[in-house]
Amino acid sequence: MSSHVTVDRWQFTLTVMFHYLFPILTMGLSLFIVWLESVAFFGRTRSRFPPFRKTDEERAAYHQVAHFWAKIFAVNFAVGVVTGIPLEFQFGTNWAGFSNFAGGVIGQTLAMEGVFAFFAESAFIGIFLWSPGGVGRRLHWLSAVMVWLGSWVSGFFIMATNAWMQHPVAYTLQGGRAQLDSFWGLLTNPWLGWQYAHNMSGAAITGAFLLAGGGAFYTLLGRHLQFARICLTVGVVGALIFTVLQIFPTGDRQARQLARYQPSSFAAAEALFHTEKGAPLVIIGNPDTTRRTLDSSIEMPHFLSFLTSRRWNATLKGLDAIPTNRWPNSVPLVYYAYHIMVGLGTILLVLALAGVAMLRRGRLFTARPMLWALLLAWPFTFIANLAGWTVAETGRQPWVVWGLLRTSAGASPDKSVPAGTGIFTLLGFLGLYVLIGLLYVMVQARIVANGPAELEPA
Amino acid sequence: MTTVWFCLLAFMIGVYVVLDGFDLGVGALHRILARDDAEREQAIGLIGPVWDGNEVWLIAAGGVLFLGFPRAYAASFSGFYFGLIIVLWLLVGRGLGIELRHQSDNPLWRIAWDTVFWLSSAALAFMFGVTLGNVVRGVPLGPDGYFRDPLFHLLNWYALLVGVFGLVVLVTHGATFLAARARAPLAERAGRLARRLWWVELLLVAGLAYPTYRVRDEMFTNFGDHPWRLVFPALALAGLAAQFGLLRAGRFGRAFFASSTFIVGMLATMAAGIYPNVLPARDGHPYGMTVHNAASSHHALTVGLRWWSLGIALAIGYFIVAYRYLFRGEPGPAE
Repeated sequence: MSSHVTVDRWQFTLTVMFHYLFPILTMGLSLFIVWLESVAFFGRTRSRFPPFRKTDEERAAYHQVAHFWAKIFAVNFAVGVVTGIPLEFQFGTNWAGFSNFAGGVIGQTLAMEGVFAFFAESAFIGIFLWSPGGVGRRLHWLSAVMVWLGSWVSGFFIMATNAWMQHPVAYTLQGGRAQLDSFWGLLTNPWLGWQYAHNMSGAAITGAFLLAGGGAFYTLLGRHLQFARICLTVGVVGALIFTVLQIFPTGDRQARQLARYQPSSFAAAEALFHTEKGAPLVIIGNPDTTRRTLDSSIEMPHFLSFLTSRRWNATLKGLDAIPTNRWPNSVPLVYYAYHIMVGLGTILLVLALAGVAMLRRGRLFTARPMLWALLLAWPFTFIANLAGWTVAETGRQPWVVWGLLRTSAGASPDKSVPAGTGIFTLLGFLGLYVLIGLLYVMVQARIVANGPAELEPA
Repeated sequence: MTTVWFCLLAFMIGVYVVLDGFDLGVGALHRILARDDAEREQAIGLIGPVWDGNEVWLIAAGGVLFLGFPRAYAASFSGFYFGLIIVLWLLVGRGLGIELRHQSDNPLWRIAWDTVFWLSSAALAFMFGVTLGNVVRGVPLGPDGYFRDPLFHLLNWYALLVGVFGLVVLVTHGATFLAARARAPLAERAGRLARRLWWVELLLVAGLAYPTYRVRDEMFTNFGDHPWRLVFPALALAGLAAQFGLLRAGRFGRAFFASSTFIVGMLATMAAGIYPNVLPARDGHPYGMTVHNAASSHHALTVGLRWWSLGIALAIGYFIVAYRYLFRGEPGPAE
């Protein structure tokens, strides 16, 4: 902890990972709230679209479900906002070298996030949450849609910023600083589309499993059964759709572009120490960076080559082909984060498949082991999302902007922000975030314990 | 083009201070003016639906600074490190205070979060003034484009004076808002307080003139060189005068707009006084950041202006819709 760069990195790691827990849920849950509100708003007994074929009573129930999740959403949104503000400030406070170098380019996407996403979100969340009784149903539905759109647009611009750091395009270097030379090129960065789709699908998985988990919780307790059934149904179907999308095509394409544009990151994620023809896919195993081996591994021969280039015997570049000063700082961290993400993704897919199969046979609402599994699954979706970001950010090291700016050169100069000052604020953030985390859990637990409002008998 | 972005930055800061200013002011008065839980609930209910949106203008202003003048963004945020992190923590505490008080009926819980909200709002209003004071005073920029101002250097006598001024202006602004939108008797108390604070405002405006001349004489000579810029201080004084009359007459809704005019006028005066500097250097340091040496490329600024205009037009539209909806009809929080 003696170097100011190390302190800056720890502080950013803490603040960004803690913050991101909340947007995952904001983006994931808002999608499902819009879905529930849409069923409640557009539902007709004779609708041509089967999911909207609802009686008035069912529509009221859907609205009640949306209303309950909106309460969870509100607390989550507020904490997302208060923990998000430090991030935009920290580009300047702790990463002045990076801001100075890249501001001419990523200033665009970050400012766009402000005007196109935050304003829409914040103006409509006031209408959506603060006075649902007084708003017409149409305005209520519209404000739910605007909040969802705002959060997804916000995600897009953050992703556009990150995509430029992963794969810089549309710039020229002038006087040691990157300057934008094509705005359109920045927004059509080839890295951006798949990374965005992969990330948003990951957030939707969290939303879906939280819905299913809430439904499973009340079903197991035997309370609010009609509420719970809607949550379970929407939850498992949503979970299946997005766990499939998460693996194919988005995960597949994301991994292939990693192999193409960031071979060191890809080799670290797969613990591919040696360049190999017909490389195997590692399911589990412990990488040893000093001896450059993978211990106790289970592998599927030739699969990695096939998945990456669609040829069983393709040659894949290993870490040995890359100078060690361009390796990620911690190969095992990239490797484990990647394998945790992929492993959890696969397990969640199986769980969603089983859930939908049981739903079709009408057994989901009574199968207690399955309900327990769904109840316990949602925290792992957060882990999978954060693990994915760990791969993206630690895999890119030692660069903060791939190939252009090393992370050590991106930190604020020691002269402005010495390590000691950084340690103080790091500890301050740590304490503050522990407190926020405790309060958050407490408040959400109260909402869950109170449960949804009972429907008025029609 | 760089001048356009300088004006946009000033515009964003102006809107931020006017909008978040009233909810900061309400916050700073929270435990002084509102005497029981019901009145505090009323005060929070009035700003509850809008504080988050108002704060977005700060984020968006930061975005404009980052886009338009990345060097100034990097230098100021790292140089003011300690001060800004404290501002961040206060913003976090304030957000928690507003959002958490509703989560329990326990009186201890409520008064605790009310106090957090009250103190952090007051401290923020003060700290924003301190920050502006330091920008006017200038910072010790080095040839590498960086500086460091440790906390106690930030709290110099001039910046502290501007900090007090900021606090008083925002508290008056917030009291005027409460007088216009709260129910009696809270509204009456707020109106009386606003009338009294007006004199303090006047005193501080007069009292700041000479110290400002001492720390940065360009704040005055700039107006001599470009007399048309005198419209900004004239605007501020007109706002202040109108505020006096309207507060006396009990026309609090209009007095709120007069107070907003005063705030915008003062900020515009400051911007016109430091232009072409974005982040001026302190006397004796020749490395000030100006619109010329701190700006992004011409392409970035030109293309940025196109989408930014569209985005901000949309944002203004949303805000008009939301404000008309939330502040319609009789005083009191939206039910």
